[in-house]
Amino acid sequence: MTTRTLQFKIYRYDPDKDQKPYMQDISVEVDSTDRKLLDALVKLKAVDDAIAFRRSCREGVCGSDALNINGKNGLACLTDLSSFPEGKPIVLRPLPGLPVIRDLIVDMTQFFKQYHSIKPYLINNDPPPERERLQSPEDREELDGLYECILCACCSTSCPSFWWNPDKFVGPAGLLAAYRFIADTRDQATSERLDNLEDPYRLFRCHTIMNCVDVCPKGLNPTLAIGKIKAMMVKRAI
Amino acid sequence: MSHFDRIVVGAHYGLKDWLAQRITAVVMALYSMFMGAALLSGVHGQDGWRALMSHGFVRFFTFLFIVSLCWHAWIGVRDIWMDYVKPAGIRLALHSLTAIALVGYAGWAIQVIWRL
Repeated sequence: MTTRTLQFKIYRYDPDKDQKPYMQDISVEVDSTDRKLLDALVKLKAVDDAIAFRRSCREGVCGSDALNINGKNGLACLTDLSSFPEGKPIVLRPLPGLPVIRDLIVDMTQFFKQYHSIKPYLINNDPPPERERLQSPEDREELDGLYECILCACCSTSCPSFWWNPDKFVGPAGLLAAYRFIADTRDQATSERLDNLEDPYRLFRCHTIMNCVDVCPKGLNPTLAIGKIKAMMVKRAI
Repeated sequence: MSHFDRIVVGAHYGLKDWLAQRITAVVMALYSMFMGAALLSGVHGQDGWRALMSHGFVRFFTFLFIVSLCWHAWIGVRDIWMDYVKPAGIRLALHSLTAIALVGYAGWAIQVIWRL
């Protein structure tokens, strides 16, 4: 089995011990069965068991191992080791813009607060039918590209508008989820949802920078969803 | 935490500004193309510009351009203050100064152009 050594530069910060964060140079041996960055991180944990990072499903579904990888947000479990140039250290940092709890683990409270603020659930006051609330295939299609979000926060934490106003701007992930319910024909709170977003901060901090689209590991397009929300608001107003 | 630290959002505006910024951008783009064409067609010197500006349509269009520029700038500069200046008092002062300066500039510019 062929092995190779990977060089890493990893952001380390343990608030109980460290005065301030520092970058640690560390290397690890990987073999040909190690395909993804997460595989290397798990091996790194054997070299230095104090390194802290989140991971769970290891297949791009749970969204826990989002990191800033060589300056770009992404999921460690979906990033191919072969995508890194030879001989250059892989630089790993926590997601930018959120408070660091330890090493590569960030406090996502602010992110989820914004997500909750858009009421991410179906609002329908009609009595539930015997089996299910039906949609036409065309109406269901509108939800494609919206429901797949895994809330990894890669998008919101790469958004400068979210960096400046994480307490007020909903952020791309939250707005994508907002449009997922605005677009749902079974939802009856469309107008309230639009009211909830018509605000210079909550929605209109988006200046179509499109970092969100650039980093989304699921290939989703929050900017498009935000544009559709704005278009609905215009339609409602004129 | 005192109740004054509560984060409040929900000002219920933003759509009109967002739309206005797009529409004023279109006006400015059209005016820039018009002026580019005027330059290419050989308008030069005080007399040339004076003759161009004496047309009613050009005055109308120039007025629209100046109003669009100031309106567009108001939204853009206000967004910058909203991003970077957090204390409400200082921000309100900056918003007011920006609005006052832009209105003054608009009046001044129109007066200069219409005098030609």
